[in-house]
Amino acid sequence: MEKIFRNLAFSSASLVFVILIGIFITLFLASKDSIDEFGLGFIVNPNWNTEISLSNPNANMDMDMDMDDSSASDDMMMLDDEDDMPAEADTMLFDEDVKDTFTEYGGLVPIVGTLLSTIIALVFALPIAMGIAVFLAEIAPKNIAYPIGIAIELLAAIPSIIFGMWGLYYFAPIVADLVGGYQVSLLTAGLVLGVMILPFMAAITRDSMNTTPDVLKESAYAMGATKFEVIKDIIFPYSKVGIIGSIILALGRALGETMAVAFLIGSIFTLPSSITDPTISIPVAMANNFGEAAGLGESSLFYLALILFIISFAIISIAKLYFLRGAK
Amino acid sequence: MPVMNIQDFSFTYPNVSHPSLKNINMKIRKNKITALIGPSGCGKSTLLRSMNRIHDLYPGNRYEGTIDLLNDSTQKMENILDIKKENEFIELRQRVGMIFQKPTPFPMSIFDNVAYGLKIAGIKNKSELAGRVEQALKDGALWKEVNDRLDKSAMGLSGGQQQRLCIARAVAVKPEVILFDEPTSALDPISTGAIEELLVELKKDVSIAIVTHNMQQASRISDYTAFMYLGDLIEFDKTESIFLNPKEKQTEDYITGRFG
Ligand SMILES: Nc1ncnc2c1ncn2[C@@H]1O[C@H](COP(=O)(O)OP(=O)(O)OP(=O)(O)O)[C@@H](O)[C@H]1O
Ligand SMILES: [Mg+2]
Repeated sequence: MEKIFRNLAFSSASLVFVILIGIFITLFLASKDSIDEFGLGFIVNPNWNTEISLSNPNANMDMDMDMDDSSASDDMMMLDDEDDMPAEADTMLFDEDVKDTFTEYGGLVPIVGTLLSTIIALVFALPIAMGIAVFLAEIAPKNIAYPIGIAIELLAAIPSIIFGMWGLYYFAPIVADLVGGYQVSLLTAGLVLGVMILPFMAAITRDSMNTTPDVLKESAYAMGATKFEVIKDIIFPYSKVGIIGSIILALGRALGETMAVAFLIGSIFTLPSSITDPTISIPVAMANNFGEAAGLGESSLFYLALILFIISFAIISIAKLYFLRGAK
Repeated sequence: MPVMNIQDFSFTYPNVSHPSLKNINMKIRKNKITALIGPSGCGKSTLLRSMNRIHDLYPGNRYEGTIDLLNDSTQKMENILDIKKENEFIELRQRVGMIFQKPTPFPMSIFDNVAYGLKIAGIKNKSELAGRVEQALKDGALWKEVNDRLDKSAMGLSGGQQQRLCIARAVAVKPEVILFDEPTSALDPISTGAIEELLVELKKDVSIAIVTHNMQQASRISDYTAFMYLGDLIEFDKTESIFLNPKEKQTEDYITGRFG
């Protein structure tokens, strides 16, 4: 009996690994064309779905930032991107003389959009979530903490598309009024993402703060500590693992969030020159473009997906290794 | 000489109709160990936790009577039940320390644990901190075991070491009274012995009140003993008198193991 149970538990646990590796391999195979084509230069190339003229392959390649505007080449642009062109692309251009234009895909814009919107969300949500959690766990009397706690848990359960609509129609105009710039922008997307992950972070942080044993808090008070000192020196260090867990989960959610961001980020493949500019994120690029994508475009979307997978995985592993080792 | 004088003291928990302590009269004497004994639920912890008003972390308790604490500088007795402001509570708790049943090391290094009370009391000077931490660890009979790993987490110590760390941490702020609530009930006999020795050593500097379920412990280390039963103080006297010729029948029954 025990053996059966152990095998069952073991196989469920290994299933997680199998799925993880399976997803990785699938993404890798699906993006292989794009990887062969653009190599690692994909990551730093800001052009997406851009036609490049192949008329004069020995000279510097002409390319356009914008696909509608396909005539005169922009010298500045060309110089900028020279280094980014992967070697594979070059050789391929020499081999194939049939076509005279070639469509280029690069992931820099959505990668930057994803990272920046996530960072904005985290910077905005983290202090507020900690404040709410401290209030609920330590300051508010039970009869107030309880209903607020439930409200926050409900907020965490609202589907993201509702956050997106609310953000677009009510929140974005206010933000644009306050700080200027576009209504759909990195900033509004990041802030709405922040509002989305906030209740979730606050609820988990409150729960882990509540696990601090009363006698530990009492013994700090018995040393003459104030409430603030007990929160800072006892409760935060004690619940550190849980708090970091909540940040990691929130980070994962923010990185992969599609609907709310799709409403607000503007969905254009342009590098933002300020945080009030519109841009695009990886999940939004995938959601918007998979319908029409084929060939190299489709493969490049898979390449983006692979990059998102690796980013999420790397951030979570680093956070875990770094903080959880520190916590021991 | 009493450092603490408890008079006509009654205590009622919030949302409870009847008091958990009724009309208690006893003293904690200077540089003596006073033991509180009695069957489970008789109110020993409740009484001890009134002496530093740690009860007040939770609202709604009712106190009656007085608990006077000797003010060392003026030699006057001051009623701690009058305290209302936060800074007065902090001062009270710096003067009346407390050790709990389970060791409660803070999630920080050994050094920081012992320095904690000093730091929050505003001592910043590094060499003064180091000196007082060392002295406190020596007073806590722990210095020899930990002096080479002061920067390691306190969680890595054994239970007995953790409890001595908590004692050192309490001693570091030089309190006048330290309250112990069953400090050895979670420890093995050897660690228990070490702590008992430590208490006898410590009473040169502080006055001690200790709750214990262990009759031998009370008779070994205490100078005075209070026997409590169902919220009443049945008998309070010198430890020899309580153990050798108790005046009350209930006391005798309890210490001879006939009930409780
Ligand atoms: N927070 C509380 N609210 C209400 N009643 C309480 C509370 N804490 C303790 N009591 C009651 O007060 C009485 C005394 O409890 P106390 O903890 O002081 O007993 P004790 O003598 O320390 O017992 P033990 O030896 O088991 O530790 C008990 O009847 C208990 O049920
Ligand atoms: Mg008790």
